[in-house]
Amino acid sequence: MNVQVTSRPLPQPANQSKLATADCDIHPQRNNDKALHPYLEQRWIEHMQMFGSRPRQAYQAGPAYPKGQPNASRRDAWPPGGRPGSSLPFLREQLLDTNNCVLGILNATGDNGQSFQNREFGAAVCHAMNEWQLHEWLVPEPRLKGSIVVPYEDAEAAVAEIERYADDPHFVQVLMLSRTSEPPGQKRYWKVYEAAAAAGLPVGVHAFGFGGYPVSGAGWPSYYIEDMVGHAQSSQSFLTSMVIEGVFERVPNFRLVLIEAGFAWVPSLAWRLDKIWHRLKVETPHLKRLPSEYIHDHVWLTTQPMEEPANRAHVLDAIDWIGWDRLLFATDYPHWDYDDPAHVLPMPVAEQKKRDFFLNNAVALYGAG
Amino acid sequence: MSVIETGGIDCDIHPAVPNLKALHPYLSDHWRDIIVQRGMHELNSIAYPTNSPLTARPDWRVEGIRPGSDLELLRRHALNPFRTSIAIANCLYGVQLLFSEDMGAGFARAVNDWMAAEWLDKEPRLRASIVVPAQNPEMAVDEINRVAPDKRFVQVLLLVMNDMPLGNRHYWPIYAAAQKHGLAVGIHAGSAYRHPVTPVGWPSYYTEDYAAQAAAFQQALSSLIVEGVFTKFPDLKVVLLESGFTWLPAHLWRLTKFWRGLRMEVPWLDRAPTEVVKANVRLTIQPCDGPPTEEMFQKLMEHMDSDELLLFSTDYPHWQFDGEDVLPAGLSRAMVRKIMIDNPRATYPRLTEMVQ
Repeated sequence: MNVQVTSRPLPQPANQSKLATADCDIHPQRNNDKALHPYLEQRWIEHMQMFGSRPRQAYQAGPAYPKGQPNASRRDAWPPGGRPGSSLPFLREQLLDTNNCVLGILNATGDNGQSFQNREFGAAVCHAMNEWQLHEWLVPEPRLKGSIVVPYEDAEAAVAEIERYADDPHFVQVLMLSRTSEPPGQKRYWKVYEAAAAAGLPVGVHAFGFGGYPVSGAGWPSYYIEDMVGHAQSSQSFLTSMVIEGVFERVPNFRLVLIEAGFAWVPSLAWRLDKIWHRLKVETPHLKRLPSEYIHDHVWLTTQPMEEPANRAHVLDAIDWIGWDRLLFATDYPHWDYDDPAHVLPMPVAEQKKRDFFLNNAVALYGAG
Repeated sequence: MSVIETGGIDCDIHPAVPNLKALHPYLSDHWRDIIVQRGMHELNSIAYPTNSPLTARPDWRVEGIRPGSDLELLRRHALNPFRTSIAIANCLYGVQLLFSEDMGAGFARAVNDWMAAEWLDKEPRLRASIVVPAQNPEMAVDEINRVAPDKRFVQVLLLVMNDMPLGNRHYWPIYAAAQKHGLAVGIHAGSAYRHPVTPVGWPSYYTEDYAAQAAAFQQALSSLIVEGVFTKFPDLKVVLLESGFTWLPAHLWRLTKFWRGLRMEVPWLDRAPTEVVKANVRLTIQPCDGPPTEEMFQKLMEHMDSDELLLFSTDYPHWQFDGEDVLPAGLSRAMVRKIMIDNPRATYPRLTEMVQ
């Protein structure tokens, strides 16, 4: 679908020389659960107060691996009296204006209903998150576009949620989390992808989530650093499942965006899958093309956190191998491992590549701008 | 393809236990009785389905013989054509998959004694890894201490996926014993299947299981490094076997970046992960999940940032390459020599010691 950004920011003197950017991973956050009450039925408000979210993890509040910073956020991203990412005026000034951001994609990931054990409650919270995004963020700020939070573990409920917003130009993507409870290419999820493709929306898969299984095939690691680094491996398994189950073959026009999972691992995975498939394709007759071809044609990746080799030029080789048309700049605001557009590319690159990287790819993908 | 050196050291071949019966002479009366009494099946892991194309190269399959189980065929298929001086035998019989620690220990012991008698005694070019019951590190250490005096055993063998990540302190007695005896620790593809092989659950296809091994190695490497295994055991060499290696640079870029941001969590890790790998970690060259062009491969080798990381391997009898195309194209002669001879020698001190 085609969406118009209806107004652009007024030029600010400090920004005049800055390249316009699209930021494909911004995290709005509610100050407290009361913010969702206007969008929840009374029974779910009471349920939330009595039992809490209960995702597939140990603690009532806060992550099983304590983060590296309070709220995993930049120290300077706390608006007066609120949590990071909770104030639109503050975010406008600190993020959108500063980075000359003309298109910002919201991914409302925190405690958003997607991984709740009680799936009916989860679906209600997902819907509330979408209404909250729409009214508190997307309508007041036309530079921001939303991702539809869907309860993907219940495909029928997720489809209903997609269909609710399919024609609403404020939403440009369907949001999932990468730690699904079963391999995401499996049949139980196909309806979600079909509904997204039918609505002309890419599916954005943000790292994290609580599928219930350990982040490694060898069990639970001890440290937050392993959990964080592990999103790359978790996303490798996610992408492998999507490719090998044939989702890209079965659902034409399906577009997948991997968010905050790194990108430099993609070439090696694609080479590995091609090689293995060459040997084992008798097992997957539903695949008609090389795994690397499906990946190239159907997958986009956000850039944050940029991999940082000692020889920083090496990361440009990785981008060459993936394709400069497949990367989407993202800051991950307000989180602590934020990437600054002024420093994210290790060295000067050709003007066209730079414009694609910072803006054009996102505009083309999300049909906005 | 790159031209091989004569006298190379093949760091990953797989002699196979043909069947449980072959272990009978090496098992205690108790375990022999148990096999019969309980009607035990073969301990063949689902990591390598017997008839899957990957499990044995088509021209290395011989009707009626379990691939890898015949010494004469090993000579004819691998040792002779690749002009190998030494090959390290990693037996993948699934003893680490058993839930009973005692049974795991009993069968591991039998596999090692079988290896010494049926392979090492008969073929002087062979060395082997000590199979250990990783289910119980104390028992694993007992087995290492029992077998280590035989200098033909050059390594301790672990699977990449066990009950918990391999850097966990639970496993440190194994590393202490390996370091004490001058043994490398070889970590091989495969799982005890205590957890699904992927973080998103049990996959539908074997293709995904095999693909997931590379991710498991990345996480095992993260675990070993951040838990401080190499801080505690600075002389330990860990060899990743059948791991793939083209994932290594990107993984280290990410791990090193997060280490910069989160080192307060693991203060004992006093060097960048990239530096730890250069000092302590090696990887075998098959499978080579390489890029489509030689130019890209050259760049990838630059990203590896060291010519000491890779060790020659055929992964016999697994089907990773055809004909004699065992090395990726574009390696210089000097690099081939490093991979086939110098690097393995530097990794396995026992290869250059006099064999008793």
